[in-house]
Amino acid sequence: MIELLTTKYTYLVVVALLGIGAYVMIESDNFVKKIIGMNVFQTGIFVFFISAGFHTEGRSPVVQSGGGGGPFVSPLPHVLILTAIVVGVSLTAVALGLVVRIYESYGTINERTLEEVRTDE
Amino acid sequence: MSDAYLPLLVALPLLGALLAVAAGLGSERGPAVVAPVVLAAQTGLAGWLGSRAILDGPLSVGVGGFVAPYGIELVVDGLSAAVVVLVAVVSLAALAFVTEDDPGGTAFYAEYLLLVAGLSGMAVTGDVFNLYVFLEITGLATYALVASAGTGRSAVSALKYLLFGTVAASLYLLGVGYALVATGTLNMADLATELAAAGYDSPLVLASFGFIVVGLATKTALFPLHTWQPDAYADAPDSVSALIAALVSTVAAYALLRLVYTVYTPAFFEAVPVARDALIVFAAVSIVVGSVLAVTQSEVKRMLAYSSVSQYGLVVVGVAIGTPAAVFGAVVHLLGHAIMKGGLFVAAGTVADVTGARTVDEYAGLADRFPVLGGASAVLMLAMVGVPPAVGFAGKWYIALGAVRAGTWPVAVVIFASTLLTLAYFALLVERMFVAPASESVLAATDGGRDGDAEGDALGPSPPPTARPSRRALALVVGAAVVAVVLGLVVTDLGTALEPTIDTLLSP
Repeated sequence: MIELLTTKYTYLVVVALLGIGAYVMIESDNFVKKIIGMNVFQTGIFVFFISAGFHTEGRSPVVQSGGGGGPFVSPLPHVLILTAIVVGVSLTAVALGLVVRIYESYGTINERTLEEVRTDE
Repeated sequence: MSDAYLPLLVALPLLGALLAVAAGLGSERGPAVVAPVVLAAQTGLAGWLGSRAILDGPLSVGVGGFVAPYGIELVVDGLSAAVVVLVAVVSLAALAFVTEDDPGGTAFYAEYLLLVAGLSGMAVTGDVFNLYVFLEITGLATYALVASAGTGRSAVSALKYLLFGTVAASLYLLGVGYALVATGTLNMADLATELAAAGYDSPLVLASFGFIVVGLATKTALFPLHTWQPDAYADAPDSVSALIAALVSTVAAYALLRLVYTVYTPAFFEAVPVARDALIVFAAVSIVVGSVLAVTQSEVKRMLAYSSVSQYGLVVVGVAIGTPAAVFGAVVHLLGHAIMKGGLFVAAGTVADVTGARTVDEYAGLADRFPVLGGASAVLMLAMVGVPPAVGFAGKWYIALGAVRAGTWPVAVVIFASTLLTLAYFALLVERMFVAPASESVLAATDGGRDGDAEGDALGPSPPPTARPSRRALALVVGAAVVAVVLGLVVTDLGTALEPTIDTLLSP
């Protein structure tokens, strides 16, 4: 158990972030908090990729002329996650735009209040 | 075979979206002119590349000159050719309805073209991470298009769709992560061999399969992961629901098929039979529950949406059974469903525009007043039920045939039961349209006036009824009906064209 905590702790962080993100998305009534939960959930996945590319005592993958100089940290997951972060930012922007629209139409960003407002419609 | 024109399938609509924005700066009508031109070019390109892929074998290109498996590969084989052509043709056709139905605007056309770019990208990519990116591009454009109705209701549906869609795509990404950890590669063809080398019973490979299937099944809207879908379809503008019902989930189901057979290969199913059984049960439950939910709906667009849940279940069951007949049936049903459901949503939107009728009861007497519209939508509904010779019959027939040949009898029973349920809800609608006395809204429409009926108003300010369906909308519905029947008649030719592709997919 101790060994797991000291060597694989990044994966525990991944599990924690995924759990917290999913919990906030399901449990919170506030749309903005739901979006924050979505971001936390995605961050969990980003951390997963980054830790998968990590190498103990690995260096940044800049190969000297003539080659050699390893071991390197795998650059591929970092590049992928850079793209995924951009996707995540765009999603957050669209989601917040929708929240603004919802607030303009109903005057609330709370899911439960929204349901009450809509039953009156 | 290498082909330099392949990236244009994605680049053209992407560039078109920018052009639409640029044209919108110059003039109000600019984007409405740019979009059809770009999509017509896209259709031509897709047709040309698709026919070459079917006749001469798969085309592929390494983007930016980086060779696979290090670079991103774009591949068009028979199957992706069919999907790319479907995307191009349906989006071009749906554009005719957009100009009838919507305010349009620069942002709308730009999003529309981005959606086409994302869908084409999903169809042609040969790289699992690249597929994630296109999945999200498709998603972003779809959320924005759903919200383009401009009502608060559509914004809520779009946000719900966004939260679901993002979690689905994130789960897919997690699955890709597991596969990457197991193999160190992202190229689909390369993954197929590397996953086999990693061992199909390795927990990493099993987890990646699970996450990828759940992620894509949510995007495809299988029960119980479908809850975003009816709201999104019902609250979107009519033209947008026609487009996304026809294409978005279809391409997600195609991606599922592609990953199951190109990445995990049939050998994975043989090594881990429980994965196949789980997928079959999942899809079978989706078929039955989707149909039952559709029967209980009173609003027509919602009924069509739940019907999609059941029809995609059929497609996935065909994929899971995995005999050549079943997979061919799944592909036929995928293509046929896109055309039939797209046509039905255009019909539903036209009826709502003309009469304000949105519920099953309000459809009463519709066929007497609007015989062409009623007749064509009845043909589409019967095609959906699976009356020969329409394409709905062909797809279900091949899937059932595959199920029987593979010895999975319960699936054949489920398909039969779902056909009866499909008949139940569509027969009700056909009966209302042709037999029942005309409802108030239908009568009001032909008088040229309209009294405030609640359902029409709840979905935002709809334009005043013109009391006559427009020629373009009629042409679309009739066209979809004709294509649905003709496609059913030429299904054996389609089989000959796709046979080499499916054989390659299914050969270990």
